[in-house]
Amino acid sequence: MTIGLGHYLAVGAILFTLGILGIFLNRKNIIVILMSIELILLAVNTNLVAFSTFLGDIVGQVFALLVLTVAAAEAAIGLAILVVYFRNRGSIAVEDVNLMKG
Amino acid sequence: MILPALFFYLFAGVCVASAVMVIVSRNPVHSVLYLILAFVNASGLFVLMGAEFLAMMLIVVYVGAVAVLFLFVIMMLDVDFVELREGFIEYLPVGLVIGGIFLFELLLTVGFWVINPGVTKTITAAIPTNVSNTEALGLVLYTKYIHYFQLAGMVLLVAMIGAIVLTLRHKASVKRQDINVQNARTPDMAMALRKVASGQGLQDADAAEWVK
Repeated sequence: MTIGLGHYLAVGAILFTLGILGIFLNRKNIIVILMSIELILLAVNTNLVAFSTFLGDIVGQVFALLVLTVAAAEAAIGLAILVVYFRNRGSIAVEDVNLMKG
Repeated sequence: MILPALFFYLFAGVCVASAVMVIVSRNPVHSVLYLILAFVNASGLFVLMGAEFLAMMLIVVYVGAVAVLFLFVIMMLDVDFVELREGFIEYLPVGLVIGGIFLFELLLTVGFWVINPGVTKTITAAIPTNVSNTEALGLVLYTKYIHYFQLAGMVLLVAMIGAIVLTLRHKASVKRQDINVQNARTPDMAMALRKVASGQGLQDADAAEWVK
């Protein structure tokens, strides 16, 4: 009944998969795609902290802190781009995003 | 020893369930609220692992900043979210197949790995046992990893400036202060002195020049 490293890694794997699945299912809704990316980063953080704790090395937690920073910056920039895009086009549908013809 | 296991399953179960609700919820506002629930439960998992500082940081940063940002954007944008839901069923099979394969591979990895016995020799900063988690984190973050810490600050600065520059909008109808014009103003530009004869008032010629 003791909870080991494997349990936490399983939770991280499930969260990561749910994030990937969210990107696939909500192909048109970019806000939910951004939330799925947050879920993926949360899974990564869970893995980092789990390894940090069970190996007795605090560097994993330092790295998780940096991932947290990048996640916050990414959310801020992503939502700012979303607001600007909505202001210019009046829509946030992902399939309309073809201005750069990429 | 049964209590930590119980709490682990509680936190993990609610976390995964709310993560599922994030991606299948019809209303994006509900998605954000489930995202908050997922993060709170993940921070509970962090507390169970002994990473108290990161747990609190997760709540402060995600629930306090990121989730509120999401809520603001969803409520400010006038978007027809029902239209964006179209194709959900269409993408469901391929998403489930790819997600299933991915989860299978990940769980295989989780199930059959072993830690290299030599890895304990490569530990760079062991967790000290006599201080709290926050103090232990600070002891390495501000000394050994100070450059990463400052780099993280630069990332946040760039994100802040980028978000402001992207969303800033100048309206022609709003009058703004121009300090250079104000400093370049002299008394000659601002006023004119006239000698007004008694009983005659200001002459039209003077008034015209004044207006000009």
